[in-house]
Amino acid sequence: MAQTITRVSTPPPVRAAAKFRLPWPLSIYHTAVGKKWVMGLTGVALLGFVLVHMTGNLHLYEGPQEVHEYAETLRNLGTDVIPRTWVLWGLRIGLIAAFGLHIHSAYSLSRMSMVADQRYVGGRNYIAANFASRTMRWTGPIVGLYLFYHLADLTWGWFNPDFVRGDPYHNVAESLSSIPVAIFYIVANIALSIHIFHGAWSMFQSLGVNSPRYNHLRRYVAGGLASVILIGNLSFPIFVQVGVIDDEGRSFVEQMEHSEPHASSAENPVQP
Amino acid sequence: MIGSLDARIPAGSLENKWTDHKFSMRLVNPNNKRRFDIIVVGSGLAGASAAASLGELGYRVKVLTYHDSPRRAHSIAAQGGINGAKNYQNDGDSVFRLFYDTIKGGDYRSREANVYRLAEVSVDIIDQATAQGVPFAREYGGLLDNRSFGGAQVSRTFYARGQTGQQLLLGAYSALMRQVAAGTVELHTRSEMLELVMHDGRAVGVITRDLISGEVQAHSAHAVVLATGGYGNVYFLSTNAKMCNVTAAWRAHRKGALFANPCYTQIHPTCIPASDDFQSKLTLMSESLRNDGRIWVPQTHDDGRGPDEIPDDDRDYFLERKYPAFGNLVPRDVASRNAKAVVDEGRGVGPLCNGVYLDFSDAIGRDGADVIRAKYGNLFDMYERITGENPYQVPMRIYPATHYTMGGLWVDYELMSNVAGLFVLGEANFSDHGANRLGASALMQGLADGYFVLPYTIGNYLADYLGEAALNPNEPVFKDAKQQVTDEVARWLSIGGTHSVDYYHRELGKLVWDYIGMSRNQTGLEKALSEIAALGEEYHRNVRVLGSADTLNQSLEKAGRVADLFELAELMARDALTREESCGGHFREEHQTEEGEALRDDEQFAHVAAWEWQGAGTASTRHREELAFENVELTQRSYK
Amino acid sequence: MSARINLTLKVWRQAGPDTEGAFVVYEATDISTDASFLEMLDIVNERLIDAGEEPIVFESDCREGICGTCGLMINGRAHGPQKGTATCQLHIRSFNDGDHITIEPWRASSFPVLRDLAVDRRALDAIISAGGYITVNTGSAPDANLIPVPKETAETAFDAAACIGCGACVAACPNSAAQLFTAAKLQHLNLLPQGQAERWERTEAMVETMEAFFGSCTNHGECEEACPKEIPIDFIAWANRDYIKAKVKNRKLAG
Repeated sequence: MAQTITRVSTPPPVRAAAKFRLPWPLSIYHTAVGKKWVMGLTGVALLGFVLVHMTGNLHLYEGPQEVHEYAETLRNLGTDVIPRTWVLWGLRIGLIAAFGLHIHSAYSLSRMSMVADQRYVGGRNYIAANFASRTMRWTGPIVGLYLFYHLADLTWGWFNPDFVRGDPYHNVAESLSSIPVAIFYIVANIALSIHIFHGAWSMFQSLGVNSPRYNHLRRYVAGGLASVILIGNLSFPIFVQVGVIDDEGRSFVEQMEHSEPHASSAENPVQP
Repeated sequence: MIGSLDARIPAGSLENKWTDHKFSMRLVNPNNKRRFDIIVVGSGLAGASAAASLGELGYRVKVLTYHDSPRRAHSIAAQGGINGAKNYQNDGDSVFRLFYDTIKGGDYRSREANVYRLAEVSVDIIDQATAQGVPFAREYGGLLDNRSFGGAQVSRTFYARGQTGQQLLLGAYSALMRQVAAGTVELHTRSEMLELVMHDGRAVGVITRDLISGEVQAHSAHAVVLATGGYGNVYFLSTNAKMCNVTAAWRAHRKGALFANPCYTQIHPTCIPASDDFQSKLTLMSESLRNDGRIWVPQTHDDGRGPDEIPDDDRDYFLERKYPAFGNLVPRDVASRNAKAVVDEGRGVGPLCNGVYLDFSDAIGRDGADVIRAKYGNLFDMYERITGENPYQVPMRIYPATHYTMGGLWVDYELMSNVAGLFVLGEANFSDHGANRLGASALMQGLADGYFVLPYTIGNYLADYLGEAALNPNEPVFKDAKQQVTDEVARWLSIGGTHSVDYYHRELGKLVWDYIGMSRNQTGLEKALSEIAALGEEYHRNVRVLGSADTLNQSLEKAGRVADLFELAELMARDALTREESCGGHFREEHQTEEGEALRDDEQFAHVAAWEWQGAGTASTRHREELAFENVELTQRSYK
Repeated sequence: MSARINLTLKVWRQAGPDTEGAFVVYEATDISTDASFLEMLDIVNERLIDAGEEPIVFESDCREGICGTCGLMINGRAHGPQKGTATCQLHIRSFNDGDHITIEPWRASSFPVLRDLAVDRRALDAIISAGGYITVNTGSAPDANLIPVPKETAETAFDAAACIGCGACVAACPNSAAQLFTAAKLQHLNLLPQGQAERWERTEAMVETMEAFFGSCTNHGECEEACPKEIPIDFIAWANRDYIKAKVKNRKLAG
C-alpha cells in the first residue's frame, strides 16, 4: 500500500529555514543570492590583487635591486599620513577577510547545492557548462593550497633552506629552480586562471552587471584577465628554470648587509 | 422532473439586464462569506479566475485539479487572442457590435442576454488582465495593439504573441496563487473529480481520487463550480490536450444536470494534418495565419507536382473564388467544410493527400520575410519542428481538426445548472457561443464567467443557506459515493481484457470523426449510434487496465474518462440526429442550400436541446429551451 | 522524408516515491521518424500493455510545447538534443537508426520522483505563491490603456513571461538551482509598470522561497540551453541586482 499523500499546495522545503534572523545587512549574507553577491565582490578584490601582484612581480625581470625597491615602495605606502606599513597591513587584512568570505560563501553555497541536487544515474551531457565552471570547486581548493604553500615558501621560508628574509628575488629564484616546485607553481597557476576564467565572468552575473549592449564583452574580459594572469604567472617558474631569473645563489640582501650595515629592516616584500 | 427550461433571464432592455440584475441579486455580507465553502473543479481560465475572485471576496474555496499545477490547463494553448469591445482602434466597434457578431457567428443559437453580458464585461477583462501584468502586444506609443481576427471586420482582438492563452492563464493562476498564499483557497493538485454528491436535490460536494496515492476523498461544500473544459477529445485526434475529458461534467450529467447541444463542435481550419496512425494529437496553428496566407489546392485531381511546380493557373484558391468579400477569412466552419470538400474530391495535398496549402509566398513577396517572421515566427518554427518542412520556402499544409466544443452542461443566466448549487463555467457550459464560436472568444468567455459573472451570481444562490453548515463529509451520501468510485476503479482493474484504453479511444475517435465530424447525415448518425454502442459494450468487456489502484496509474485514469466519452458520443449522435437543420458547427448534409451552405430551420430549431440522462443503455430525454431574439434579426449567414 | 528506424531505450523505472528505481532496456523497433518522442513512447507503451507489462509512466498534456507538463532527461540533456524544444515537440527525426537513448526523470531533491519518469514540481508553485503576482482584486483594475508601457519594456517582459514552468532549468542545472525560473517570473512583473508597487517585496519573498527548495546558481548557463523557450540568463543577473536592491529598500520601508 502506497503512502497516503494529501495533496496540498506546498511541498516540504529541502532546506531548513533559518533558526534566527540576522540583523541587516548580515541578513543579506544569509541568503544564497546575497552570498553570491559577496562572492562576486570579494572575487573582484582578489582578482585585483592577483593582477597587481603579477604585475608587481614583473620587476623580477629588472633585477634584485628593483624588486627590493618595489617592496620598499609597498611598505612605504601612505607614510605621509600614517605610520609605515600600516597601509600594507590594511590591504593584507582586507585581502584575508575577502579570502575568508570568498571561501566561506563558496563552501556554504556548495553545501546548499549538494543538498538540493541529485545525480543523474545515466550521466549528464553538458552544453553550456564548461570545464572552468564545473571545476570551480576543485580549482578553488587547489588555489587555496597553493596560496598556503606560496606563503609558507616565500614569506615564512618554511621549505626553503636558502631562504633569506627580505630578499624576494633570491628566494623566488632559489625556490623555483627546483623542478617539482616549478611544476607545482605551473599547475596551480593554471588552476588559478581557470578559476578566474569562470569567476570573472560569473561575477558579472552575480553582481547583476548586465546590459545587453555590452554583454558579449564579458566573456572576452574574463578570458583576457585569465590569459594575462596565466602568461604573467607562468613566466616566473619558466624563466627561473631556463635561467633568465637567477642570482646564482647570492642573496642581494646579504651582500647589502655586508657593505651597508644600516639596511632597512628585513620584511617580506611580497604581499601574501 | 423537469418542466419547461427556464433560463431565468431578467426582464428589461438588453443593455440594462445585467446591470439591473446585479442590483436585484441578493448579496452575502462580507463577514458571512467566510462561512461558505465553495468547490471549484478545474483550474483553467474559468476555474482559476473564479477561484481567485471568490477567494478575494472572502469565501472559503477549494480548488481541485488533476494537473500537477493549476497553471497547466489547456486554456494555455490558445494562441490567437482575446476579444474586447474596447474600440481602441476607433473603427466602429462597440459592445453591441461584439454582441451582434457573436450571435451571428453562433448562427443564432445562443441566448441574447448571455451574449450581451459577455460583450459587456469583455472590456473589464482586458483591464483586469493588463493590471495583472499580462504582456499584451503594444504599439510603439506604449498603448495596446489590436488585430482583426477570424472574420471580424473590426480590430478588437488583444493578443500576446502566439501565447495569449498562456499569458492570460498565468495571470489568472497568479491571482489564484495569491489567494492560496492568503489562505482563502485550498489547492488540491492531482485530484480528479469522479463523482458529484447530491443531497436534497442540491449539489453538496464531490468525490475525488488522488492520482498519486489512489486515495478516494470526499469534499463537501455549499456549492460546486465545474470549470472542466470541453469534450473535443471524444474525437481522439483533436487539438485538445491529452488529458482533456468530459468526466467531471458527465458525472454531473449522470446525477441529473442537463447536457445541452452536444452536437455543436467546432472544427478549426488551420491544423497540421495527421502524418500517421500513431498520431497522438493534432496541433493547431493560430487562425491569424489566414490573414496573410492564401489557401489553395491544385485544380486537378491527384496532381503529382510539388507546390512550386504548379503555376498559378493550375491552382484553385477556393475560398477566394467562392467568397470574394471575405476570402481566406471566412468563419471557421465555412473554411473547414470547404477544405474537407476539396480533399474529399481527391485534390488534397501532402503525402497522405489529407491537407490543403496555406501559402505565404505572396505575403513574403509583398512584405518581406522579416515582416512575416515578426508576425508568425513562432508558428512557423512550430510548424517546422513538427513537419520538418520550412514554411518560408514550402507552403504549409493544413487541415481542419476538432478544436472546441460549444455544447456542454446546460446553465441558466446565472450560470447555474438545473441542479441547484451546481455552477458551470467556461467551455464546460453551453451558454454563449451558440452553434459556432467566434475566434478569440473562448478566452473571453472563460474569464467573463470566472471574473465577472459567477462571483455575483453565486451569492444569489448562497444567500438562502446562510447559517447552514456544509454537510459533514462522513455523511452516508458521501460514503456511498466514495464506495461507488472505489468499486468503479476496482472494476476496471478486474476486467483483464486484451486491448488498451488508448486502442478503444482511438477506435471511438474514428467513428465520431467519420459520422459526427464536419458534416453529418441521418444514415451516418444512425450507424454511429449502433456502432458506438457496440464498441462501448466491447470496451467494458475487453479493455486491459494493468497495475493497481494505489499508485500513479495513467491507464486507470484514462479508463474512466474514455468510458464517459463513449456515453457522450452516443448523446452527440442522438443530438445531431434530432437537430434536423444545419447551423454553425453542426452541418447536416440533408439541410443545405443549393450552394452547399448551411441551411437553418428557425421555425423548428431556434431552441437549445438539453438532454436528461435516463440511465446507461436508455435513450436520454430531450428538453427544449426556446431562444427568443428580440434585438437581432435572424438572417442567413452570407460571406459572399 | 519519413523513414522507419529502430531505437534502444534505457528507461528509468521506479514503482513509487519510496522505492528504488533502475534502468530497464526496451527495444523500440520500427518507429517512424515523423513520430514525436512522446508518440514513440506511446507506441512502446502500447506494446508493453499488449505484452502484459505495465506501461512507462511519463507526463504530458498539450503536446504542443506550451503547458510545461512534459519533461524528460534524454541522453543527459533536459528535453533532449533539440534546442528551444520541449520534449513533446522533439521528433524522432532528430535520432538515427540504431541509436541508444537514455531516458531519466528530472532530478532534484525538490522534484521527488513519483513514478518512473513523473516528478513532483509543486515547489515551483510555492515560489509563485510567495509573490509571483500583482495584487489587483477582480474589478479594481483601471482602464488598460491608462498606463502606457514602452514597447521595448513590454517585449522584454514578455521574453521572461514566456516561461512554461516545465522545470527543465532545474533539471539541467548541476546545482539544481531554480534561478532561471524564478528570475523569469520576477522580471516579467518587475519590468512592467504595473509590477512596481510590489517589486521589492516580491523579489525578496520569491528569492527566499526559491532558496528553501533549490540550490545556488553558479552561472553555468545550462538552464538557458535547456529552456524550451530559450529564456536568457540575463534575467538572472537582473534578478540578482533587484534582490540586493530589495534588501536595501525593504529595510528602509520597514523603518
